[in-house]
Amino acid sequence: MATILKRERLVPNIHLLQVHAPEISRKCKPGQFVIIMPDERGERIPLTIADWDREKGSITTVVLVVGTSTHKLSLLKEGDEVPVFVGPLGKPSEIEKYGTVVCAGGCFGIGALYPIARALKKAGNRIITLLDVKANYLMYWEERLREVSDKFFVSARDSYYNCKDFMPYVLQDIIKKEKRVDRVISIGCTYLMSACSEATRPHGVKTLVSLNPIMVDGTGMCGACRVTVGGKTKFACVDGPEFDGHLVDWEELFARRKSYFEDEIQSLCYWEKINFP
Amino acid sequence: MTEKKELSPEIKEYLRKEFSQEWRKKLRKSLSVKERMKISRQKMPEREPEERNKDFNEVNLGLNEKLAKREARRCLDCANPQCVLGCPVGIDIPTFIKLIEIGDFVQSVRKMKETNSLPAICGRVCPQEIQCEDVCTMKKATGVPVAIGNLERFVSDYERINGEVFIPQIPPSTGYKVAVIGAGPAGLTVAGELARKGHKVTIFEALHVAGGVLIYGIPEFRLPKDILQSEVEYLKKLGAELKINFIVGLTATIEDLKNDGYDVFFIGTGAGLPNWMRIPGENLVGVYSANEYLTRVNLMKAYAFPEYDTPVYLGRRAAVIGGGNVAMDSVRIAQRLGAEQATIVYRRSRVEMPARTEEVKHAEEEGIEFHFLTAPIRYIGDEKGQVKAMECIRMELGEPDSSGRRRPIPIEGSEFTMEVDLVVVAIGQSPNPLIPKTTPQLKVGKWGNVEVDWDTMATNMEGVYAGGDIIRGGATVILAMGDARIAAAEIDKYLNNKKVRRKKT
Ligand SMILES: Cc1cc2nc3c(=O)[nH]c(=O)nc-3n(C[C@H](O)[C@H](O)[C@H](O)COP(=O)(O)OP(=O)(O)OC[C@H]3O[C@@H](n4cnc5c(N)ncnc54)[C@H](O)[C@@H]3O)c2cc1C
Ligand SMILES: Cc1cc2nc3c(=O)[nH]c(=O)nc-3n(C[C@H](O)[C@H](O)[C@H](O)COP(=O)(O)OP(=O)(O)OC[C@H]3O[C@@H](n4cnc5c(N)ncnc54)[C@H](O)[C@@H]3O)c2cc1C
Ligand code: SF4
Ligand code: FES
Repeated sequence: MATILKRERLVPNIHLLQVHAPEISRKCKPGQFVIIMPDERGERIPLTIADWDREKGSITTVVLVVGTSTHKLSLLKEGDEVPVFVGPLGKPSEIEKYGTVVCAGGCFGIGALYPIARALKKAGNRIITLLDVKANYLMYWEERLREVSDKFFVSARDSYYNCKDFMPYVLQDIIKKEKRVDRVISIGCTYLMSACSEATRPHGVKTLVSLNPIMVDGTGMCGACRVTVGGKTKFACVDGPEFDGHLVDWEELFARRKSYFEDEIQSLCYWEKINFP
Repeated sequence: MTEKKELSPEIKEYLRKEFSQEWRKKLRKSLSVKERMKISRQKMPEREPEERNKDFNEVNLGLNEKLAKREARRCLDCANPQCVLGCPVGIDIPTFIKLIEIGDFVQSVRKMKETNSLPAICGRVCPQEIQCEDVCTMKKATGVPVAIGNLERFVSDYERINGEVFIPQIPPSTGYKVAVIGAGPAGLTVAGELARKGHKVTIFEALHVAGGVLIYGIPEFRLPKDILQSEVEYLKKLGAELKINFIVGLTATIEDLKNDGYDVFFIGTGAGLPNWMRIPGENLVGVYSANEYLTRVNLMKAYAFPEYDTPVYLGRRAAVIGGGNVAMDSVRIAQRLGAEQATIVYRRSRVEMPARTEEVKHAEEEGIEFHFLTAPIRYIGDEKGQVKAMECIRMELGEPDSSGRRRPIPIEGSEFTMEVDLVVVAIGQSPNPLIPKTTPQLKVGKWGNVEVDWDTMATNMEGVYAGGDIIRGGATVILAMGDARIAAAEIDKYLNNKKVRRKKT
């Protein structure tokens, strides 16, 4: 059992969830994730660690509300308990001095990207942050990310921020304009990450993506999370979640993520009927 | 692997003493060997195939007192009981059976628990037909061995159901901290043994429920989960602490735990790494590892979706690849979840199947189909990336391989296609690599198994022991338990020596 320290709505469909997990906070590194189960009947789902506080023994995650599990999480209150909160899982991000790194994130990936950008900055990199939101009111953690960035772009479809095009186009512009981009890290929905990888491919810029296949145990035991990278099957929970975006078999990932499409709708309808009759 | 062919002189002496007790002599005389041999093996009641193959309730119903006593009478109480030799942990089988015969069920189960801490589980899942029952004198004499497993199950259920579980007096705390990694049968056994000696035991379990394969792998219809629950309650009463959601190696390493004051470690992390055939199409939607399929259904209760949130594919035409217990469990689950056709696809023939005989029999009764001498070579997907067919090839058996079983050889040109929409790959598991990966000093063998000294279960690291599937690869519950008992005894010795060393310095 882990206790919820805080649950806060950041934007209409994204919540911050802070959980008491002293052991995980002692060990975790940027890029790692946890598995959470919202209640005894819940599913085990992965969430990227967006921040931590070793003194308080807390882990912060950012949750995009999509289906049953994330709806359940969005209703948690301070003091509530969740039966599973386990980690830190996955390989940490590689943090070295590369030069100029573009950190590209969207939706929950904005939160997930933050500790990685912070660590890369600390390692002496020049950080260009590029975020994607559907509309300006869906932006969060702007201050935090600006603080660790040398350059900061937000592409919002309603052009409130400095650019308007879908992020991969902006990414291409940045690569063209900058003298040199040594690395791109992209976190967000699968579509965004695949589009970023396609955007950087012609320029030959190494692009890391944090894959989000369906998971169960998160410890390498079941193989639910298998992805094909460079022609080889990898378990994203132990071999990843970060992989070279230019080597990922995206089509397979899209298909596997949709494995339970109809079940997910049924599950959400069932949950709504029971809880909000 | 060590094979005990001879009983040790101490055990022989012990068995002889029990054998010569007055009550045993009297009991032996009460019924002649001839009369005993006339009694037929008592059939354990079970539910009808057509009823049971639609739900997850237990298939076997267990012997009742009358049947158990009658079955116990079949045992000849041999002077030189072969069954004990056949049991990997050397349970004093004749004594526990004779105690059933006189109706002292509680003493019987206590006797058994001196050597086997989880008899309710072993009585249900041990492959008795190749262990104790295979060498039983009754089998040689009449062709039908005493139903040792069913009797074991009967007395331990009797104890649990009647609330007779005995909590031993725990000696004062020794102050030593033991870290048991993994709450499978190996870990649970070590924890019980050492808690009883007064050591402070903490069990670390990666999942959110204790039990290992017994909880996430073996389905309810073969091993009801409340049995495991009462075993875990028992351990807690002995003073052992259970830390779930704790992955040693990730949440904390063995090194971290040492720094936290743990004196000794037992690694019982099992064989959780699924093996794949590495054939085209294995990543199609609808192709599962047995581990994932079983975990979704048993641990996450996908059979009760949408009351439980975790979904699982409900195939109409399910194929399970493999011939072991894991395959048998998977295929029977697929059928229970509504598959119209549930098929085992196995590359050798029937006699080579490693599954328990009873499970194969039950599967057949329930309407499972078997394709022997067949192996998949490719899975075929539809436009959505979902499996819709499987190309197979027929096999013939050649020379025996290293396992002593005849090696299957593909017959060229025999390829054919089978329509499937659910595939479960159950071709074995390898040792869980998590601890080896995060404990660089630990010596690991060719198959990723943790290497131990087979006499003591000690690894190459001081104060670190291991047992069960992590050292053997996928094996059995009873072997895991046997390893655990050796390890527990050695750990106790190690801690006592440590005390002596500490006093000296
Ligand atoms: C390594 C990793 C890190 C992630 N980090 C975050 C994060 O920080 N914040 C965040 O909001 N989301 C994150 N996700 C995605 C998140 O796990 C899914 O959105 C969540 O599981 C959806 O569950 P649901 O029941 O609400 O939705 P559902 O209706 O069940 O599913 C919606 C979508 O989520 C995916 N999904 C469903 N079940 C799982 C599962 N067990 N594991 C993974 N994906 C699943 C499916 O592909 C589906 O398309 C991460 C995923 C991975 C693999
Ligand atoms: C479906 C199925 C059916 C079977 N049927 C039979 C049968 O009928 N008869 C029989 O005798 N045997 C059977 N077996 C085999 C038997 O279950 C195993 O041999 C036995 O469970 C091994 O016990 P163990 O304690 O070594 O490992 P496991 O039971 O695998 O337990 C290991 C435990 O360690 C945990 N763990 C792993 N890594 C870590 C870590 N780093 N930190 C903390 N915890 C960790 C795991 O989550 C797990 O709970 C079956 C196996 C399966 C899968
Ligand atoms: S070998 Fe068979 S008959 Fe002899 S003691 Fe054992 S169970 Fe009884
Ligand atoms: S989630 Fe089970 S192996 Fe990765």
